[in-house]
Amino acid sequence: MSDYNFAYLDEQTKRMIRRAILKGLAIPGYQVPFASREMPMPYGWGTGGVQVSAATLTPADTLKVIDQGADDTTNAVSIRKFFEKTAGVATTEETGAASIIQTRHRIPEEDLREDQILVYQVPIPEPLRFLEPSEIETRKMHSLEEYGLMHVKLYEDIAKHGAIATSYAYPVKVEGRYVMDPSPIPKFDNPKMEMAAIQLFGAGREQRIYALPPYCKVVSLDFEDFPFEASKADHACDMCGATDSYLDEVIMDDSGGRMFVCSDTDYCTGRRQAGHMGAQAAAASAALEETAV
Amino acid sequence: MTPLLKVENISKFYGHRIGCKDVNFDLYPGEVMGIVGESGSGKSTLLNCLAGHLNPETGEVLFEMRDGAMRDTVTMSEPERRMLSRTDWAFVHQHARDGLRMNVSAGGNVGERLMAVGARHYGNIRENAIDWLGRVEISDTRVDDRPSQFSGGMQQRLQIARNLVTGPRLVFMDEPTGGLDVSVQARLLDLLRGLVREMGLSAIIVTHDLAVVRLLADRLMVMKDGHVVETGLTDQVLDDPQHAYTQLLVSSVLQV
Repeated sequence: MSDYNFAYLDEQTKRMIRRAILKGLAIPGYQVPFASREMPMPYGWGTGGVQVSAATLTPADTLKVIDQGADDTTNAVSIRKFFEKTAGVATTEETGAASIIQTRHRIPEEDLREDQILVYQVPIPEPLRFLEPSEIETRKMHSLEEYGLMHVKLYEDIAKHGAIATSYAYPVKVEGRYVMDPSPIPKFDNPKMEMAAIQLFGAGREQRIYALPPYCKVVSLDFEDFPFEASKADHACDMCGATDSYLDEVIMDDSGGRMFVCSDTDYCTGRRQAGHMGAQAAAASAALEETAV
Repeated sequence: MTPLLKVENISKFYGHRIGCKDVNFDLYPGEVMGIVGESGSGKSTLLNCLAGHLNPETGEVLFEMRDGAMRDTVTMSEPERRMLSRTDWAFVHQHARDGLRMNVSAGGNVGERLMAVGARHYGNIRENAIDWLGRVEISDTRVDDRPSQFSGGMQQRLQIARNLVTGPRLVFMDEPTGGLDVSVQARLLDLLRGLVREMGLSAIIVTHDLAVVRLLADRLMVMKDGHVVETGLTDQVLDDPQHAYTQLLVSSVLQV
Protein backbone atom coordinates (compact mmCIF):
# COMPACT_ATOMS: atom_id res chain seq x y z
CA MET A 1 0.00 0.00 0.00
CA SER A 2 1.46 3.31 -1.01
CA ASP A 3 1.04 6.45 1.06
CA TYR A 4 -0.61 8.32 -1.80
CA ASN A 5 -4.30 8.72 -2.45
CA PHE A 6 -5.18 6.72 -5.57
CA ALA A 7 -3.51 8.42 -8.56
CA TYR A 8 -1.84 11.12 -6.41
CA LEU A 9 -4.61 13.78 -6.51
CA ASP A 10 -7.17 14.02 -3.70
CA GLU A 11 -10.76 13.05 -4.48
CA GLN A 12 -12.12 16.62 -4.45
CA THR A 13 -9.57 17.69 -7.03
CA LYS A 14 -10.39 14.71 -9.22
CA ARG A 15 -14.09 15.60 -9.04
CA MET A 16 -13.31 19.15 -10.08
CA ILE A 17 -11.26 17.93 -13.03
CA ARG A 18 -13.95 15.41 -14.04
CA ARG A 19 -16.52 18.20 -14.09
CA ALA A 20 -14.25 20.17 -16.43
CA ILE A 21 -13.79 17.09 -18.63
CA LEU A 22 -17.55 16.49 -18.85
CA LYS A 23 -18.13 20.11 -19.76
CA GLY A 24 -15.41 19.86 -22.37
CA LEU A 25 -17.02 16.76 -23.88
CA ALA A 26 -20.38 18.51 -23.96
CA ILE A 27 -18.91 21.46 -25.91
CA PRO A 28 -16.34 19.87 -28.23
CA GLY A 29 -13.26 22.06 -28.74
CA TYR A 30 -14.21 24.62 -26.08
CA GLN A 31 -11.45 25.39 -23.58
CA VAL A 32 -12.79 24.83 -20.07
CA PRO A 33 -10.85 26.62 -17.30
CA PHE A 34 -9.94 24.45 -14.32
CA ALA A 35 -7.98 24.94 -11.10
CA SER A 36 -4.77 23.23 -12.15
CA ARG A 37 -2.75 21.85 -9.21
CA GLU A 38 0.95 21.87 -8.56
CA MET A 39 2.27 18.50 -9.65
CA PRO A 40 5.60 16.95 -8.63
CA MET A 41 7.09 17.75 -12.03
CA PRO A 42 7.88 21.01 -13.85
CA TYR A 43 5.41 22.76 -16.13
CA GLY A 44 6.03 21.69 -19.69
CA TRP A 45 6.47 18.07 -18.69
CA GLY A 46 2.85 17.16 -18.99
CA THR A 47 1.27 18.45 -15.78
CA GLY A 48 -2.05 18.98 -17.57
CA GLY A 49 -2.11 15.52 -19.13
CA VAL A 50 -1.12 13.92 -15.83
CA GLN A 51 -3.98 15.62 -13.98
CA VAL A 52 -6.49 14.54 -16.63
CA SER A 53 -5.13 10.97 -16.53
CA ALA A 54 -5.26 10.95 -12.72
CA ALA A 55 -8.92 12.04 -12.77
CA THR A 56 -9.78 9.44 -15.44
CA LEU A 57 -7.92 6.40 -14.07
CA THR A 58 -9.68 3.60 -12.21
CA PRO A 59 -7.85 0.69 -10.50
CA ALA A 60 -8.97 -1.61 -13.34
CA ASP A 61 -7.34 0.51 -16.06
CA THR A 62 -4.23 -0.29 -18.06
CA LEU A 63 -2.09 2.74 -18.79
CA LYS A 64 0.23 3.43 -21.70
CA VAL A 65 2.34 6.60 -21.89
CA ILE A 66 4.04 7.78 -25.06
CA ASP A 67 6.30 10.72 -25.78
CA GLN A 68 6.73 11.60 -29.48
CA GLY A 69 5.34 8.14 -30.23
CA ALA A 70 7.94 6.31 -28.15
CA ASP A 71 7.33 4.36 -24.95
CA ASP A 72 10.94 4.51 -23.79
CA THR A 73 11.80 8.23 -23.65
CA THR A 74 12.33 10.13 -20.39
CA ASN A 75 8.95 11.81 -20.23
CA ALA A 76 7.04 8.61 -20.99
CA VAL A 77 9.06 6.48 -18.59
CA SER A 78 8.79 8.91 -15.69
CA ILE A 79 5.03 9.47 -16.05
CA ARG A 80 4.44 5.73 -16.35
CA LYS A 81 6.50 5.15 -13.17
CA PHE A 82 4.60 7.97 -11.46
CA PHE A 83 1.27 6.22 -11.95
CA GLU A 84 2.72 2.78 -11.18
CA LYS A 85 3.77 4.18 -7.82
CA THR A 86 0.81 6.44 -6.96
CA ALA A 87 -2.07 4.44 -8.49
CA GLY A 88 -0.67 0.93 -8.73
CA VAL A 89 -2.38 0.43 -12.08
CA ALA A 90 -1.16 -1.98 -14.72
CA THR A 91 0.94 -0.43 -17.47
CA THR A 92 1.66 -1.57 -20.97
CA GLU A 93 3.52 -0.53 -24.10
CA GLU A 94 0.97 -2.17 -26.40
CA THR A 95 -1.53 0.27 -27.89
CA GLY A 96 -4.23 -2.38 -28.18
CA ALA A 97 -3.89 -3.51 -24.55
CA ALA A 98 -4.20 -0.04 -23.00
CA SER A 99 -7.46 1.49 -21.80
CA ILE A 100 -5.96 4.95 -21.20
CA ILE A 101 -3.11 6.32 -23.30
CA GLN A 102 -1.40 9.53 -22.26
CA THR A 103 0.46 11.07 -25.16
CA ARG A 104 2.81 13.87 -25.93
CA HIS A 105 2.90 15.02 -29.58
CA ARG A 106 1.60 11.86 -31.34
CA ILE A 107 -1.48 9.74 -32.00
CA PRO A 108 -0.68 6.00 -32.11
CA GLU A 109 -0.67 4.48 -35.61
CA GLU A 110 -3.02 1.67 -34.59
CA ASP A 111 -6.71 2.68 -34.74
CA LEU A 112 -8.11 3.27 -31.26
CA ARG A 113 -11.34 1.69 -30.06
CA GLU A 114 -14.46 3.02 -28.35
CA ASP A 115 -13.34 1.67 -24.95
CA GLN A 116 -10.10 3.64 -25.00
CA ILE A 117 -9.25 7.19 -23.90
CA LEU A 118 -6.45 9.27 -25.38
CA VAL A 119 -5.07 12.01 -23.10
CA TYR A 120 -2.95 14.76 -24.66
CA GLN A 121 -0.40 16.96 -22.95
CA VAL A 122 -0.93 20.51 -24.20
CA PRO A 123 1.61 23.32 -23.84
CA ILE A 124 -0.45 26.25 -25.26
CA PRO A 125 -4.15 25.52 -25.71
CA GLU A 126 -5.04 28.79 -27.44
CA PRO A 127 -4.61 28.46 -31.23
CA LEU A 128 -4.93 32.24 -31.70
CA ARG A 129 -2.35 33.13 -29.05
CA PHE A 130 0.63 33.95 -31.25
CA LEU A 131 -1.41 36.41 -33.29
CA GLU A 132 -3.54 37.87 -30.52
CA PRO A 133 -1.79 38.16 -27.15
CA SER A 134 -4.88 39.33 -25.24
CA GLU A 135 -6.85 36.54 -23.52
CA ILE A 136 -9.93 38.78 -23.27
CA GLU A 137 -9.82 39.31 -27.02
CA THR A 138 -9.24 35.64 -27.92
CA ARG A 139 -12.11 34.54 -25.70
CA LYS A 140 -14.34 37.07 -27.42
CA MET A 141 -13.18 35.81 -30.80
CA HIS A 142 -14.08 32.23 -29.81
CA SER A 143 -17.48 33.22 -28.45
CA LEU A 144 -18.32 35.27 -31.56
CA GLU A 145 -16.77 32.71 -33.91
CA GLU A 146 -14.40 35.28 -35.42
CA TYR A 147 -11.70 33.05 -36.83
CA GLY A 148 -10.39 35.10 -39.76
CA LEU A 149 -7.14 35.60 -37.88
CA MET A 150 -6.34 31.90 -37.99
CA HIS A 151 -6.26 32.11 -41.77
CA VAL A 152 -3.95 35.12 -41.55
CA LYS A 153 -1.41 32.75 -39.96
CA LEU A 154 -1.80 30.28 -42.84
CA TYR A 155 -1.63 33.17 -45.34
CA GLU A 156 1.68 34.25 -43.81
CA ASP A 157 2.97 30.71 -44.18
CA ILE A 158 2.21 30.59 -47.89
CA ALA A 159 3.53 34.13 -48.50
CA LYS A 160 6.78 33.21 -46.78
CA HIS A 161 7.32 29.59 -47.77
CA GLY A 162 5.16 29.01 -50.83
CA ALA A 163 3.08 26.41 -48.99
CA ILE A 164 1.42 26.02 -45.61
CA ALA A 165 4.58 25.32 -43.65
CA THR A 166 2.84 24.73 -40.32
CA SER A 167 3.67 21.07 -39.80
CA TYR A 168 2.57 20.52 -36.22
CA ALA A 169 -0.10 22.03 -33.95
CA TYR A 170 -2.06 22.55 -37.15
CA PRO A 171 -5.35 24.34 -36.29
CA VAL A 172 -8.61 22.44 -36.71
CA LYS A 173 -12.28 23.37 -36.60
CA VAL A 174 -14.39 21.09 -34.41
CA GLU A 175 -18.00 20.27 -35.32
CA GLY A 176 -18.12 23.42 -37.44
CA ARG A 177 -17.81 25.63 -34.38
CA TYR A 178 -14.67 25.98 -32.26
CA VAL A 179 -11.19 26.36 -33.70
CA MET A 180 -8.88 24.19 -31.61
CA ASP A 181 -5.16 23.59 -31.19
CA PRO A 182 -4.67 19.82 -31.48
CA SER A 183 -1.53 20.11 -29.27
CA PRO A 184 1.79 19.80 -31.11
CA ILE A 185 0.96 16.58 -32.98
CA PRO A 186 2.30 16.45 -36.55
CA LYS A 187 -0.32 17.43 -39.11
CA PHE A 188 0.02 13.85 -40.40
CA ASP A 189 -2.06 12.88 -37.35
CA ASN A 190 -4.82 15.46 -37.88
CA PRO A 191 -7.10 13.22 -40.00
CA LYS A 192 -6.87 10.54 -37.30
CA MET A 193 -8.63 12.81 -34.82
CA GLU A 194 -12.03 11.70 -36.10
CA MET A 195 -11.72 8.49 -34.08
CA ALA A 196 -13.69 6.05 -31.97
CA ALA A 197 -11.88 6.84 -28.71
CA ILE A 198 -12.53 9.79 -26.40
CA GLN A 199 -9.81 12.44 -26.67
CA LEU A 200 -9.02 14.66 -23.68
CA PHE A 201 -6.60 17.58 -23.70
CA GLY A 202 -4.99 18.97 -20.55
CA ALA A 203 -2.91 22.14 -20.27
CA GLY A 204 -1.55 22.43 -16.73
CA ARG A 205 0.21 25.77 -16.77
CA GLU A 206 -2.53 27.44 -18.82
CA GLN A 207 -5.24 25.76 -16.69
CA ARG A 208 -7.43 24.60 -19.54
CA ILE A 209 -9.09 21.30 -20.40
CA TYR A 210 -10.80 20.56 -23.69
CA ALA A 211 -12.12 17.40 -25.28
CA LEU A 212 -13.37 15.61 -28.37
CA PRO A 213 -16.14 13.04 -28.01
CA PRO A 214 -15.90 9.94 -30.22
CA TYR A 215 -16.48 10.38 -33.98
CA CYS A 216 -16.43 14.16 -33.64
CA LYS A 217 -16.07 16.09 -36.90
CA VAL A 218 -12.58 17.61 -37.03
CA VAL A 219 -11.60 19.66 -40.10
CA SER A 220 -8.10 21.04 -40.67
CA LEU A 221 -8.19 24.66 -41.83
CA ASP A 222 -6.88 25.47 -45.30
CA PHE A 223 -7.32 27.60 -48.43
CA GLU A 224 -9.26 26.52 -51.52
CA ASP A 225 -6.12 26.74 -53.66
CA PHE A 226 -3.82 25.38 -50.93
CA PRO A 227 -5.70 22.39 -49.49
CA PHE A 228 -4.65 20.67 -46.29
CA GLU A 229 -2.15 17.86 -46.76
CA ALA A 230 -1.24 15.31 -44.11
CA SER A 231 2.46 15.19 -44.87
CA LYS A 232 5.21 12.83 -43.71
CA ALA A 233 8.77 12.02 -44.76
CA ASP A 234 8.68 10.50 -48.26
CA HIS A 235 10.29 7.23 -47.23
CA ALA A 236 9.54 3.80 -45.79
CA CYS A 237 10.56 2.80 -42.25
CA ASP A 238 14.10 1.37 -42.37
CA MET A 239 13.35 -1.00 -39.51
CA CYS A 240 9.92 -2.44 -40.35
CA GLY A 241 9.31 -1.23 -43.91
CA ALA A 242 6.02 0.50 -43.09
CA THR A 243 5.00 3.14 -45.65
CA ASP A 244 1.93 4.39 -43.82
CA SER A 245 3.43 5.50 -40.51
CA TYR A 246 4.90 8.80 -39.33
CA LEU A 247 8.70 8.67 -39.45
CA ASP A 248 11.52 10.11 -37.38
CA GLU A 249 14.73 10.96 -39.19
CA VAL A 250 17.76 9.70 -37.27
CA ILE A 251 21.26 10.91 -38.11
CA MET A 252 23.58 7.88 -37.94
CA ASP A 253 27.10 9.25 -38.38
CA ASP A 254 29.06 12.36 -39.35
CA SER A 255 29.16 11.53 -43.05
CA GLY A 256 25.50 12.07 -43.86
CA GLY A 257 24.26 8.60 -43.01
CA ARG A 258 20.65 8.63 -41.85
CA MET A 259 17.70 6.36 -41.34
CA PHE A 260 13.98 6.81 -41.10
CA VAL A 261 12.16 4.90 -38.39
CA CYS A 262 8.56 4.79 -37.18
CA SER A 263 8.06 7.34 -34.41
CA ASP A 264 5.49 4.91 -32.91
CA THR A 265 7.82 2.35 -31.32
CA ASP A 266 5.04 -0.09 -30.43
CA TYR A 267 3.76 -0.12 -34.02
CA CYS A 268 7.28 -0.70 -35.38
CA THR A 269 8.02 -3.51 -32.90
CA GLY A 270 4.72 -5.20 -33.67
CA ARG A 271 5.41 -5.16 -37.41
CA ARG A 272 8.93 -6.55 -36.99
CA GLN A 273 7.61 -9.34 -34.78
CA ALA A 274 5.14 -10.13 -37.55
CA GLY A 275 8.09 -10.60 -39.89
CA HIS A 276 8.17 -7.25 -41.76
CA MET A 277 11.61 -5.88 -42.42
CA GLY A 278 12.82 -2.48 -43.63
CA ALA A 279 15.77 -1.76 -45.95
CA GLN A 280 18.42 -1.14 -43.30
CA ALA A 281 17.22 -3.94 -41.03
CA ALA A 282 17.38 -6.35 -43.97
CA ALA A 283 20.90 -5.19 -44.87
CA ALA A 284 22.03 -5.57 -41.26
CA SER A 285 20.63 -9.10 -40.90
CA ALA A 286 22.21 -10.10 -44.25
CA ALA A 287 25.59 -8.83 -43.02
CA LEU A 288 25.09 -10.72 -39.78
CA GLU A 289 24.36 -13.97 -41.63
CA GLU A 290 27.46 -13.48 -43.80
CA THR A 291 29.75 -13.17 -40.78
CA ALA A 292 28.10 -16.25 -39.24
CA VAL A 293 28.95 -18.26 -42.37
CA MET B 1 -32.02 61.63 -49.77
CA THR B 2 -31.88 59.73 -46.49
CA PRO B 3 -28.89 60.07 -44.19
CA LEU B 4 -26.37 57.24 -43.87
CA LEU B 5 -25.78 58.04 -40.22
CA LYS B 6 -28.12 59.80 -37.84
CA VAL B 7 -26.65 60.81 -34.50
CA GLU B 8 -29.16 61.78 -31.84
CA ASN B 9 -28.39 63.22 -28.41
CA ILE B 10 -25.18 61.31 -27.83
CA SER B 11 -23.75 61.93 -24.36
CA LYS B 12 -20.83 60.25 -22.66
CA PHE B 13 -19.66 60.94 -19.13
CA TYR B 14 -16.53 59.87 -17.33
CA GLY B 15 -17.84 59.88 -13.77
CA HIS B 16 -18.90 63.49 -13.18
CA ARG B 17 -16.82 64.78 -16.03
CA ILE B 18 -18.35 65.36 -19.43
CA GLY B 19 -16.87 63.43 -22.37
CA CYS B 20 -19.32 64.83 -24.87
CA LYS B 21 -22.87 66.05 -24.41
CA ASP B 22 -26.01 66.15 -26.56
CA VAL B 23 -24.39 65.78 -29.93
CA ASN B 24 -26.74 65.68 -32.92
CA PHE B 25 -25.97 65.52 -36.61
CA ASP B 26 -26.81 63.70 -39.84
CA LEU B 27 -24.26 62.39 -42.28
CA TYR B 28 -25.33 61.81 -45.87
CA PRO B 29 -23.82 59.29 -48.31
CA GLY B 30 -20.63 60.58 -49.91
CA GLU B 31 -20.28 63.35 -47.36
CA VAL B 32 -17.14 64.05 -45.34
CA MET B 33 -17.65 65.56 -41.92
CA GLY B 34 -14.81 67.16 -39.98
CA ILE B 35 -14.76 67.43 -36.20
CA VAL B 36 -12.26 69.97 -34.86
CA GLY B 37 -11.44 71.24 -31.43
CA GLU B 38 -8.58 71.42 -28.97
CA SER B 39 -7.22 68.47 -27.01
CA GLY B 40 -9.75 67.28 -24.45
CA SER B 41 -12.72 68.81 -26.23
CA GLY B 42 -14.39 65.41 -26.55
CA LYS B 43 -13.89 64.82 -30.25
CA SER B 44 -12.16 61.44 -29.86
CA THR B 45 -14.72 60.39 -27.24
CA LEU B 46 -17.48 61.22 -29.71
CA LEU B 47 -15.77 59.31 -32.51
CA ASN B 48 -15.29 56.24 -30.31
CA CYS B 49 -18.96 56.36 -29.29
CA LEU B 50 -20.00 56.48 -32.94
CA ALA B 51 -17.68 53.62 -33.93
CA GLY B 52 -18.87 51.40 -31.09
CA HIS B 53 -15.62 51.43 -29.13
CA LEU B 54 -17.27 53.26 -26.23
CA ASN B 55 -20.78 52.92 -24.90
CA PRO B 56 -22.55 56.30 -24.70
CA GLU B 57 -24.79 56.97 -21.69
CA THR B 58 -27.63 58.41 -23.75
CA GLY B 59 -28.59 58.80 -27.36
CA GLU B 60 -28.82 56.82 -30.55
CA VAL B 61 -26.50 56.22 -33.48
CA LEU B 62 -28.70 55.16 -36.38
CA PHE B 63 -26.89 53.60 -39.33
CA GLU B 64 -28.45 52.72 -42.64
CA MET B 65 -27.85 48.99 -43.15
CA ARG B 66 -27.43 47.47 -46.61
CA ASP B 67 -31.12 46.55 -46.66
CA GLY B 68 -32.00 50.23 -46.22
CA ALA B 69 -33.26 49.94 -42.64
CA MET B 70 -31.95 52.35 -40.01
CA ARG B 71 -30.52 50.43 -37.03
CA ASP B 72 -29.33 51.77 -33.70
CA THR B 73 -25.72 50.61 -33.42
CA VAL B 74 -25.57 51.41 -29.70
CA THR B 75 -28.20 48.85 -28.77
CA MET B 76 -27.50 46.23 -31.46
CA SER B 77 -25.84 42.99 -30.35
CA GLU B 78 -22.07 42.84 -30.16
CA PRO B 79 -21.64 40.25 -32.96
CA GLU B 80 -23.67 42.48 -35.29
CA ARG B 81 -21.67 45.55 -34.34
CA ARG B 82 -18.36 43.75 -34.80
CA MET B 83 -19.58 42.46 -38.15
CA LEU B 84 -20.36 46.04 -39.17
CA SER B 85 -16.96 47.22 -38.04
CA ARG B 86 -15.21 44.81 -40.36
CA THR B 87 -17.48 45.24 -43.37
CA ASP B 88 -19.34 48.54 -43.70
CA TRP B 89 -17.19 50.53 -41.30
CA ALA B 90 -13.53 51.33 -41.22
CA PHE B 91 -11.49 52.95 -38.46
CA VAL B 92 -8.19 54.69 -39.18
CA HIS B 93 -6.20 55.21 -36.00
CA GLN B 94 -3.84 58.09 -35.39
CA HIS B 95 -0.99 55.70 -34.68
CA ALA B 96 -0.73 53.12 -37.44
CA ARG B 97 0.59 50.65 -34.86
CA ASP B 98 -2.84 50.61 -33.16
CA GLY B 99 -4.55 49.63 -36.39
CA LEU B 100 -1.98 47.23 -37.88
CA ARG B 101 -0.61 43.86 -36.90
CA MET B 102 3.06 44.69 -36.74
CA ASN B 103 4.24 41.05 -36.88
CA VAL B 104 2.19 40.18 -39.95
CA SER B 105 3.24 41.05 -43.52
CA ALA B 106 1.65 43.95 -45.40
CA GLY B 107 -0.28 41.50 -47.58
CA GLY B 108 -1.57 39.66 -44.51
CA ASN B 109 -2.61 42.93 -42.93
CA VAL B 110 -4.67 43.90 -45.97
CA GLY B 111 -6.00 40.35 -46.37
CA GLU B 112 -7.15 40.00 -42.77
CA ARG B 113 -10.46 41.77 -43.27
CA LEU B 114 -11.15 39.68 -46.39
CA MET B 115 -10.43 36.46 -44.48
CA ALA B 116 -12.54 37.73 -41.58
CA VAL B 117 -15.57 37.92 -43.88
CA GLY B 118 -14.92 34.45 -45.31
CA ALA B 119 -12.44 34.73 -48.21
CA ARG B 120 -10.67 31.36 -48.44
CA HIS B 121 -8.83 31.55 -51.76
CA TYR B 122 -5.18 32.48 -51.25
CA GLY B 123 -4.60 33.63 -54.85
CA ASN B 124 -7.57 36.00 -54.82
CA ILE B 125 -6.75 37.39 -51.39
CA ARG B 126 -3.19 38.11 -52.45
CA GLU B 127 -4.23 39.68 -55.75
CA ASN B 128 -6.65 41.91 -53.90
CA ALA B 129 -3.99 42.87 -51.35
CA ILE B 130 -1.47 43.78 -54.06
CA ASP B 131 -4.11 45.79 -55.90
CA TRP B 132 -4.86 47.78 -52.74
CA LEU B 133 -1.20 48.32 -51.92
CA GLY B 134 -0.89 49.81 -55.41
CA ARG B 135 -3.83 52.12 -54.79
CA VAL B 136 -2.14 53.54 -51.70
CA GLU B 137 1.17 53.83 -53.59
CA ILE B 138 3.01 50.95 -51.92
CA SER B 139 5.08 48.90 -54.38
CA ASP B 140 4.05 45.26 -54.84
CA THR B 141 7.62 44.23 -54.00
CA ARG B 142 6.87 45.22 -50.38
CA VAL B 143 3.83 42.92 -50.05
CA ASP B 144 5.69 40.38 -47.89
CA ASP B 145 7.48 42.93 -45.72
CA ARG B 146 6.31 43.63 -42.21
CA PRO B 147 4.90 47.07 -41.30
CA SER B 148 7.77 47.49 -38.83
CA GLN B 149 10.06 47.85 -41.85
CA PHE B 150 7.86 50.64 -43.28
CA SER B 151 8.20 54.39 -42.74
CA GLY B 152 5.52 56.21 -40.74
CA GLY B 153 3.78 57.49 -43.86
CA MET B 154 3.78 54.07 -45.47
CA GLN B 155 2.38 52.50 -42.31
CA GLN B 156 -0.45 55.01 -42.36
CA ARG B 157 -1.17 54.30 -46.03
CA LEU B 158 -1.08 50.56 -45.30
CA GLN B 159 -3.58 51.07 -42.51
CA ILE B 160 -5.87 52.86 -44.93
CA ALA B 161 -5.58 50.06 -47.51
CA ARG B 162 -6.31 47.46 -44.82
CA ASN B 163 -9.44 49.35 -43.85
CA LEU B 164 -10.80 50.04 -47.30
CA VAL B 165 -10.27 46.59 -48.82
CA THR B 166 -13.77 45.35 -47.93
CA GLY B 167 -15.38 48.41 -49.52
CA PRO B 168 -16.77 50.08 -46.39
CA ARG B 169 -19.40 52.80 -46.67
CA LEU B 170 -18.37 54.79 -43.61
CA VAL B 171 -14.83 55.59 -42.48
CA PHE B 172 -13.93 56.95 -39.07
CA MET B 173 -10.58 58.70 -38.95
CA ASP B 174 -8.85 59.82 -35.78
CA GLU B 175 -6.10 62.31 -36.60
CA PRO B 176 -5.05 60.39 -39.73
CA THR B 177 -2.16 62.78 -40.43
CA GLY B 178 -0.94 63.19 -36.85
CA GLY B 179 2.77 62.66 -36.37
CA LEU B 180 3.64 62.84 -40.07
CA ASP B 181 5.83 65.53 -41.58
CA VAL B 182 4.15 68.06 -43.84
CA SER B 183 5.17 66.71 -47.25
CA VAL B 184 4.06 63.19 -46.28
CA GLN B 185 0.86 64.69 -44.87
CA ALA B 186 0.19 66.41 -48.17
CA ARG B 187 0.56 63.18 -50.13
CA LEU B 188 -1.63 61.28 -47.69
CA LEU B 189 -4.32 63.95 -47.87
CA ASP B 190 -4.17 63.86 -51.65
CA LEU B 191 -4.55 60.10 -51.57
CA LEU B 192 -7.41 60.20 -49.07
CA ARG B 193 -9.23 62.85 -51.07
CA GLY B 194 -8.90 60.73 -54.21
CA LEU B 195 -10.14 57.56 -52.51
CA VAL B 196 -13.05 59.29 -50.79
CA ARG B 197 -14.25 60.81 -54.07
CA GLU B 198 -13.59 57.71 -56.16
CA MET B 199 -15.33 55.27 -53.81
CA GLY B 200 -18.05 57.70 -52.78
CA LEU B 201 -17.15 57.16 -49.13
CA SER B 202 -18.73 58.90 -46.24
CA ALA B 203 -16.21 59.83 -43.59
CA ILE B 204 -15.96 61.41 -40.18
CA ILE B 205 -12.56 62.94 -39.57
CA VAL B 206 -11.41 64.04 -36.16
CA THR B 207 -8.46 66.38 -36.20
CA HIS B 208 -7.04 69.52 -34.66
CA ASP B 209 -5.41 70.43 -37.97
CA LEU B 210 -7.61 72.94 -39.77
CA ALA B 211 -5.73 72.43 -43.04
CA VAL B 212 -6.84 68.79 -43.09
CA VAL B 213 -10.51 69.65 -42.80
CA ARG B 214 -10.17 72.50 -45.28
CA LEU B 215 -8.95 69.98 -47.86
CA LEU B 216 -11.13 66.98 -47.03
CA ALA B 217 -14.30 67.95 -45.21
CA ASP B 218 -17.55 69.18 -46.71
CA ARG B 219 -18.97 70.10 -43.35
CA LEU B 220 -17.41 71.05 -40.07
CA MET B 221 -18.34 70.66 -36.43
CA VAL B 222 -16.41 72.60 -33.79
CA MET B 223 -16.29 71.15 -30.28
CA LYS B 224 -15.30 72.67 -26.98
CA ASP B 225 -15.54 71.13 -23.51
CA GLY B 226 -17.68 68.28 -24.77
CA HIS B 227 -20.21 70.52 -26.50
CA VAL B 228 -20.70 71.33 -30.17
CA VAL B 229 -20.30 75.09 -30.42
CA GLU B 230 -20.60 75.62 -34.15
CA THR B 231 -21.51 73.65 -37.27
CA GLY B 232 -21.68 74.54 -40.94
CA LEU B 233 -20.04 74.19 -44.32
CA THR B 234 -16.29 74.00 -43.94
CA ASP B 235 -15.44 77.14 -45.88
CA GLN B 236 -18.22 79.05 -44.20
CA VAL B 237 -17.07 78.13 -40.70
CA LEU B 238 -13.40 78.72 -41.40
CA ASP B 239 -13.84 81.99 -43.33
CA ASP B 240 -16.58 83.48 -41.20
CA PRO B 241 -16.43 81.94 -37.72
CA GLN B 242 -19.30 83.00 -35.48
CA HIS B 243 -18.52 81.52 -32.08
CA ALA B 244 -15.78 83.10 -30.01
CA TYR B 245 -13.91 79.84 -29.65
CA THR B 246 -14.00 79.14 -33.40
CA GLN B 247 -12.66 82.63 -34.03
CA LEU B 248 -9.83 81.93 -31.61
CA LEU B 249 -9.14 78.57 -33.26
CA VAL B 250 -9.05 80.02 -36.78
CA SER B 251 -6.89 82.95 -35.77
CA SER B 252 -4.46 80.65 -33.95
CA VAL B 253 -3.36 79.03 -37.18
CA LEU B 254 0.15 80.08 -38.05
CA GLN B 255 0.29 81.91 -41.39
CA VAL B 256 3.42 81.05 -43.29
